[in-house]
This record gives sequence, C-alpha cells and structure tokens, in this order.
Amino acid sequence: MENNNNHYSIETKDLSIHYGRFTAVRNVNLKVEKQKITAIIGPSGCGKSTLLRAFNRMNDFVSGSSVTGEIFLHGRNLYSKHVDPVEVRRKIGMVFQKPNPFPKSIYENIAWGARINGFKGKVDELVENSLRSAALWDEVKDKLQESAYALSGGQQQRLCIARAIAVQPEIILMDEPASALDPISTLRVEELLQELKKNYTILIVTHNMQQAARASDFTAMMMIDDQRAGGVIEFDDTKKIFTRPTDKRTEDYVTGRFG
Amino acid sequence: MTRKTFENEIQQVKDDVLLLGSLVEHAIIGSVEALKKRDLKAAEKIIAEDVAINKKRFEIENQLMILIATQQPMAHDLRLLASTMEIISELERMGDYAKGIANINIRMGEDTLLKPLIDIPRMAQKGADMLHRALTAFVNEDVELANSIPAEDDEVDALYNQIYRELMVFIIEDPKNIERANWLLWVSHNLERVADRVTNICERTIFIATGEMREIKDSDDEFWHAQKK
Ligand SMILES: Nc1ncnc2c1ncn2[C@@H]1O[C@H](COP(=O)(O)OP(=O)(O)OP(=O)(O)O)[C@@H](O)[C@H]1O
Ligand SMILES: [Mg+2]
Repeated sequence: MENNNNHYSIETKDLSIHYGRFTAVRNVNLKVEKQKITAIIGPSGCGKSTLLRAFNRMNDFVSGSSVTGEIFLHGRNLYSKHVDPVEVRRKIGMVFQKPNPFPKSIYENIAWGARINGFKGKVDELVENSLRSAALWDEVKDKLQESAYALSGGQQQRLCIARAIAVQPEIILMDEPASALDPISTLRVEELLQELKKNYTILIVTHNMQQAARASDFTAMMMIDDQRAGGVIEFDDTKKIFTRPTDKRTEDYVTGRFG
Repeated sequence: MTRKTFENEIQQVKDDVLLLGSLVEHAIIGSVEALKKRDLKAAEKIIAEDVAINKKRFEIENQLMILIATQQPMAHDLRLLASTMEIISELERMGDYAKGIANINIRMGEDTLLKPLIDIPRMAQKGADMLHRALTAFVNEDVELANSIPAEDDEVDALYNQIYRELMVFIIEDPKNIERANWLLWVSHNLERVADRVTNICERTIFIATGEMREIKDSDDEFWHAQKK
C-alpha cells in the first residue's frame, strides 16, 4: 500500500462476491477516486454492505464467503497472499450503521484502538484531535473518563468516527452512518465528511438520496440482476446522477418510482 | 407506481400552467384587437385582467415550492419543477407585454392610428399561436414539437422588420408622424419579445425531457442584423 502515486484509492476488476453458492455481487468494475466522497446507493439487498465489507476484508469473517476478480488498493492487490488483513483494516477504517463504541470510557475508545495499532505518540493529543475532527470535542471534553454508553446515539456515532480517524486510515468506509441520527447530527456528520475528505478517501452507503446528493462527489448506483446478484449499473458524477441520470432504473430509483 | 399522489400534483401544476397560458394568449390577442378598434374600455379590461395573470403565477409558484419542499424531487422531477418555475415567469412577462400594449392604447388618447393595423395583428396571432403549441409541447414533454417552434420566430422577426421600415417611411415623409409611429413601434416590439419568450419555453421543455440545456436560437440579435443590411 506504499504506492501512493495512484489516482484511485480503490479499483475493482470484475469483482464478484459470493456467500457459499450464492453470488451477492457480480462483476463490479469501480474506481474510487482519492480524497473524494463516493456514495453507494441502491435498493435493500442489492449488495452495498457486501461490497463495502470486501474493501477492508471484513467478509473474511463470514464463513463460506469468497471473492473472485480483483480489488486494488492504491494499485496493490488486496487479496494477495502477501497482504495482512489486519494491516488492511488499519488502513481502511469502517463506521457501521449502528454506533458500536467499546464498553469503555470515551477516552479509552479512542486511545485503546490506537495503542493496539502501535501508536507511540502523545495519546492525549491524539484523543483531542480525533474528537475535534469528529466535531465531538466540545461536547465531551469535560467527561472523557465517562462511559461511552452514556453518550447519545448521535454522539456515539461521532465517537465511532473519531475512533476510526484516530488510527489514521487512508480510506474510511461508512455504512449508513447517519441512519439513526437526528437531522442536526446528520448534517454535522455530513459537514464532517467534507472536512475529512481533505485527508481521506470516503465511501458511504446511504439510503438517503438527499444525503448522497448533498454530501458526495461520485455516486455508484447498484441494482440486482435476474439472478439476484447485485451490480453497479451506473457510476457518475453525483450531480449528474441526481439531475440527469443515464439509466432509466437509476432515474426510477432516485425519483422514488422504483418497484 | 409508487408516487401516485406526487404524479397527480404534477398533473395539476401542468393544468394550471395551461390555464395561465390561455389567459396570456387572450391578453395578447385582446390587447391588439382593442388597439385596432381603439377600444379604451377593452384596454382597461386587459389591464385589470393582468392582475389575475399575476395572481395565477404566484399560485403556481407557491404550489411548486410546496412540491419541492415536501417531495424532494430528483432528476426528471427536479428539472420539471425548476423549469416550470422559469416558464411561469416567462408567461407572466408575456402578460406584461399585453398590458403594455393596452397602456399604449390608453396613452394614445384621442390620437388616431397612423395606419390601419394589418401586420401587427398578424404578429399577435402568430405569437399567440406559437405560445399555444409551445405549452402543448411542455405538457406532453414533446421534444420534436418544442424543437420545431423557435424557427417560426423568423416570421415574427420578418413582420417586425417590415413594420419598422414602414413606420420609418412615415416618419421620413413627415416628422409630425413621429409620435404616432412610435406608439406602433412599441407595440410591435412588445410582440416581437413575446415570440422570443416562446423560444425560452421551448428550450426549457427540451431540458425537462432530455436534461440537455441548450440555446435553440438567439433571436435577440436578428433584428439588429436585419437593420444593418
Ligand atoms: N452473511 C451472509 N450470508 C449469506 N448471505 C448474505 C450475507 N450477508 C448478506 N447476504 C445476502 O447478500 C445480498 C446482499 O446483502 P447486503 O447486506 O450486501 O445488501 P445491502 O445492499 O447492504 O442491503 P441493505 O440496504 O438492506 O443494507 C442479500 O441477498 C443478502 O441476503
Ligand atoms: Mg446494508
């Protein structure tokens, strides 16, 4: 992953992802630009989470799952034998749909992950900077030793984002990060994404069309085929996808006329 | 279809635009008719009816705003609602041209027409006819029709040029004609602008249907080209 001259953070070639004999994602050829926000949209069950999880090898944990085709991270084959999945997960952070803080203090949620990932610097600084980046610092600076569970859902979600940032990944994957948040927290997270993209490449799965339209630079539209395998049917500038998409199915989906 | 209510509301907006369009058509034809007969009562009526045109336009604008806020339109829906906003403002301005003609009629007071009106009613008829078909193209999102109408603006421009030259001859013959020639020049200029705005409606219609924003015809220049020759 040291080859950083590549224009794309992630590139897939004929990527298919299987659960046992079922192909959940078929033949995806996607190029994710560096330091941009790419949204993945599409109806439920079309394989968005499956695709996202393949990018940091989280599917490795699912027994029976397998991958064919290739995924390149900064030009390097992600599924090659020489790649360490743990190292991959450090470089590619993930924020899940439901906030999942550790049952520890706010401070430890950030410090612990960083420490086990070999962080050797000043931990206090790291905690503060990560919380500031996630727009949470002001709300928690006086109660860093309290349990993360005492935070509201929206604060927990931002804590998880802070935790993901703390390990200084290159790419952040977000699976519906704002679906459980109130409108203000949602907008905060979106503002945060704009900040984060100065340093990170971001992939975000969302069911909220306005969010995809507002917050992303590129959009990939996914849809299942007649064998229920999901694929990317259209990929373009977000502006184009939401004002004049090429594929009729994208048009139907973004205008709410699907199904 | 998952958005039946929204579809119905869109249809309602389109019907309202047609209604607004027909008010404007009547105002254009009516204002010239009143001028031809020098019927000041009819001219007053046109001016009074412009209030109804403006009111209708605001009604539609409000309805569009509610739809944008509540339905969060995307893609085709977004193009339709945003462009309709533009189209109703074009229609309101066309209504203003008709009102302008009615005002000229009133300001002419006791003056008689410099000449019997022949080409001016033709211009009005042509403009109103183009408008009618442009709105048919709009409600049906008929790209072919929308594409074909702007070329007819040439006929309107030709009539305008002809009227202009005719009036110049009157002025050269006798400078006392200047004021009365000027009234008619204003009237024909207003009608020329009507046709230009029809072109804008056609462009918006093509944008709604295809997502392509392009200028079909830059008719503003043509009058000046014609004068140079
Ligand atoms: N662990 C698994 N084992 C077997 N099949 C799975 C597994 N996870 C997902 N699938 C199947 O793969 C397909 C894609 O699922 P995935 O969760 O990727 O969809 P999604 O697009 O994220 O949907 P949603 O929008 O509802 O989150 C579905 O048919 C799903 O049933
Ligand atoms: Mg999912």
